[in-house]
This record gives sequence, structure tokens and C-alpha cells, in this order.
Amino acid sequence: MDIGKDLVAASATPLVLAILSEGESYGYAIIKRVDELSGGELQWTDGMLYPVLHRLDRNGLVKATWGRSESGRRRKYYRLTDQGSEELANQQRQWQVVNEALRSTPFMSFQLAPQEI
Amino acid sequence: MAHEGGVPVLEERILEWRSYVGRRRAIDAPDVDELEDHLRSQVADLQEAGLDEEEAFLIGVKRLGELDTLSREFAREHSERLWKRLVVADAEAGTLVGSREALVALGLAVAAALAIKVPELFGLRFDGSPAAESFYIRNVSLLVLPFLAGFFAWKRGLDSAGLLRLAAPFLAGALAMNLLPFEPGGSTMVLAALHLPMALWLAVGIGYAGGAWRNHDQRMNYVRFSGEWFIYYVLIALGGGVLMMFTMFIFSAIGLDAEWLLESWILPCGAAGAVVIAGWLVEAKQSVIENMAPVLTMLFTPLFTLMLLVFLVTIVWTGSGIAMDREVLIGFDLLLVLVVGLLLYSISARDPRAEPGLFDALQLVLVITALLVNALALWAILARISEFGFSPNKVAALGENLVLVVNLGWSAVLYWRFLGGRTGFAPLERWQTAYLPVYAVWAWIVVLIFPLVFGFQ
Repeated sequence: MDIGKDLVAASATPLVLAILSEGESYGYAIIKRVDELSGGELQWTDGMLYPVLHRLDRNGLVKATWGRSESGRRRKYYRLTDQGSEELANQQRQWQVVNEALRSTPFMSFQLAPQEI
Repeated sequence: MAHEGGVPVLEERILEWRSYVGRRRAIDAPDVDELEDHLRSQVADLQEAGLDEEEAFLIGVKRLGELDTLSREFAREHSERLWKRLVVADAEAGTLVGSREALVALGLAVAAALAIKVPELFGLRFDGSPAAESFYIRNVSLLVLPFLAGFFAWKRGLDSAGLLRLAAPFLAGALAMNLLPFEPGGSTMVLAALHLPMALWLAVGIGYAGGAWRNHDQRMNYVRFSGEWFIYYVLIALGGGVLMMFTMFIFSAIGLDAEWLLESWILPCGAAGAVVIAGWLVEAKQSVIENMAPVLTMLFTPLFTLMLLVFLVTIVWTGSGIAMDREVLIGFDLLLVLVVGLLLYSISARDPRAEPGLFDALQLVLVITALLVNALALWAILARISEFGFSPNKVAALGENLVLVVNLGWSAVLYWRFLGGRTGFAPLERWQTAYLPVYAVWAWIVVLIFPLVFGFQ
């Protein structure tokens, strides 16, 4: 199943914020986590994550610091700021609204064709 | 799997990849480091899954995404980086565009230079009567700036709606300056003539932004452009001054007086044409020339801060009041303009992701001392306002002061929050770009409303 480009873009911010709310992390680990959480269904082009992270950093939602990996390589870590937690809660409410709205339509009871399940 | 030279294949590949990615304008060195860390983690995982180095590297690079798309995404997030290297893009696209642009710029510069002389055909000689003088004072910006606006309209390919929006302010300015019954030499006329160039300069920004003047990044780019334009213009003026000096000198050596030629042709035409040429140079500058305005800002922010602090200490120490007349108030307005300029250019050049540093603290000190000094000046003039009455000049000077104080006051609050780590740098940038229309509105008020309110005196 291919998830549409718009939906991938729209879900990037809440996903990254939510993953960072589990604790400090870095780009590659975030991508792996997304893969894990979506059971491999949500495929990001890896590089695209970084402009998203930089935007969140610029807007003060996450904070970036340079550190070292286990092997001693320079690595940039990101962690959620207070403002980021607020934004996460805010996004959560928004997604809930969308979710509720979809649930109350026939959308959720649509019969999926067998090959798509 | 080692190379003949002993360097592992993977290291060599990653080096190659680094230099390839690093050539992209929108991706800077720390970003390449970050992407490299990603790539290496990926490669290590793939190798663990049983792939060999070469395969793992290829798949890792492919997963990072196509470089063109990637650098476009980076560019969208980091437009300030592109600003420094705009020309390289043209160089990549081929030189044809560059040379056509040069021709258009040159043509428009010549047109501006001629436009400044056109009124002479109607008997308004540049060095002539008071009528001519008053005409040039009112219209000089209207004769020159449309050509710069035209250059951007051409370069950005404005559609007809955009052209109309760009033309409207110039038309409004032309009508106001020439149809309103100004008293000759009256202060409302002089004020309008002083504020019109500023109002029109911001209108040129509409053309610069290709119509997208609501976009904050475009506004900041126009601020950058304005700073660089000013520096280029001053440099061209210096060069022009040297040229004129030598012209005078060598012609006087053969007993000819070249002064009339300089005064009535070279100086006015050169000054008009240079407006367009400077604009084109900023657009087309070589990447070797980094932005100058931020460099000057870095240099002068500490010096101005020091000067203002010493001034404050001196006032407190000696207890001397500020002698208050209009010139002094205008002087303090100019001081605030300068501080806003220093602020604006250090903001425009700052990497928005960098941590708060010493220089940011210094900016805050500069803003606060400037506000204090200004408050002293305002207090002095307000105490005596009844003596002077409300002349157009006084109201204009006070209004300007208010416009600038509001900007600086809120900037100080935002700096304070930023230094305290409570917000990022983005609100500061946003505040400055959001404030630009306020200057335009104020300038138009002085041009259009003041004459009516003060009866054209």
C-alpha cells in the first residue's frame, strides 16, 4: 500500500514529535522507529526527515545538540522542548477531531477489497 | 574488501559522496555531517544483514533520496543560505541568462539616466529656477525608482495583476506630488518629498518578491537586498566621485572647464543610472563577495553600544539635560533608525538555528541603551511641546519616533525571551518582517495625509 504524499507530509510533524516524546533521539533512529511503528507501511525518503527536523528546531519545538554515537562519530541529537510538548498536545487534539469525524462517516465501515487487506 | 591503496572502499565512497552533496548550495557542512552519520548507520545495518560494503552504500544513498529533491527541501527550509550564492544558480543554468539580464539592466539604467533629464525638455533645468528645484525635490524618486521596479518585474516575470499592484503606488505618488497644491518650499512638501522615496522603495519590494510580498522569507530577502544595494551604491558613488575629480583635473590641465558637464550630465545621470546598476549587481554578484551589510553590523554594533553607554553615563554623571529643538529630535530619530538597521541586518544574517550567544546579548544591550537615550530625548521635548506647538515637522518627528520605539521595544522583549531560552529565534525574525508594512503605512501617511491635515503649509 502506498500512503499518499500529502498524508505522509501532514503526519511527519506529529510523528516526529511523538517519537521524540519517548526521549532524545537522532535522525536514523527516528526513521527506524517510524518504520517499526507503521509496520513498514509508512515509507519516508530518509533525507527528507532532516529539513523537517531543522524546521522544528528553528521554531523551537525541538532542540538539537551535537553529541557522539557509540562508535564516537559526530551525531546530532534532538529532544522535545516544552513548546514542542504543547504543540504535540495541540496536534493530538487536531488528529482526534479528524479521526472522530472520519469514524462517524461510512469511511470506517467501508469494505476493503481482499487484496488491500 | 580493501582498496589497492589501503583506504577502504567505503571511506573513499563516502568522501566522494560528501564532496558531491557538499556542492549543493542549500546543504551546508554540518548538514552533510548529519546526513553522513545517517548514511553510515544505514550502511552498518545493511552490512549486518549480510550485504557487502558496495551494495550497502548504494542502497543507503538511494534511501536518502534523490539529491535534487533533497536539496530543494533543504532550500525551502534554509532560504538564507541560497541568498549568498544566488549567482551560482545562474552560472549553472548557463551564461545566456546572465548576459541578457546584464543588457536589460544596462538598458534600464540608461533609461533612468535619461528620465532624469527629460524634464529639461520642458524648461526645468537641473541647476535652474526655484520652480525646477521644487519639481526635482518632489519627483526625483518617481523618475528613477520605476526603472528598478521594472527590472524586477521583468526578472521575476510578474503577471498583469502583479504589474498593476506594482504600478499603483508609483501612480499614487506621482499624482499626490504633482496635483496637491503644496506651498512652495513649505514643510509639508519637504516632508512628503523625504518620505516618498522610502514608500516607493518598499513598493519596489513588491516587484522584488515577484508579487509574493506577504511571504516573510521574501521580505527578509528584500531587507538583505536593500542593505547590499546601499553598500553597492555607496561604492559606485565613491568610484564616480574619483572619476569626476580626475575629469575636472585633466580638462583643467588643458585649460577647459568641465564643471558644467559634470554638474548637469554626469552627476545626475550617473546617480540615477547607478540605482538600477547597483540593484542588478546585488542580484548578480559573484559568490566570492559575501554579504557586506552583516559584516559591517558585526563591526559597528559593539562600537555603537559603547558610544551610547558612555553617553548615558555622561548624562547621569554631569546631570546635563538634552538641549531640545527639532534638529535634535530628528537626530535621535536617525539614531533609532540606525539601531533598527543594525538589528535588522544582524537578524538577517544570523543562522536561525544557532544558540543564543554573546552577540545576541550585545544586541539587547544596544537596543535597551538606545531606548533609554531616546526616552530622555522624548521626555525633554514633551516637557516643552507647548512652547513649540504642533508643526508638521514636529508631528512627523514624533510619529517616526513612536514607530521606531514600538519596533525596538518589542524586539527587546523578544530578545530577552530568546536569551532566556524560552523561545527560538524565529519570533524575532518574524517580528521584523511583519513590521515592514508599518514603515510603508507611515511613509504614505506623511506623503498623502499630512499635506491635507496641515493645509499644505
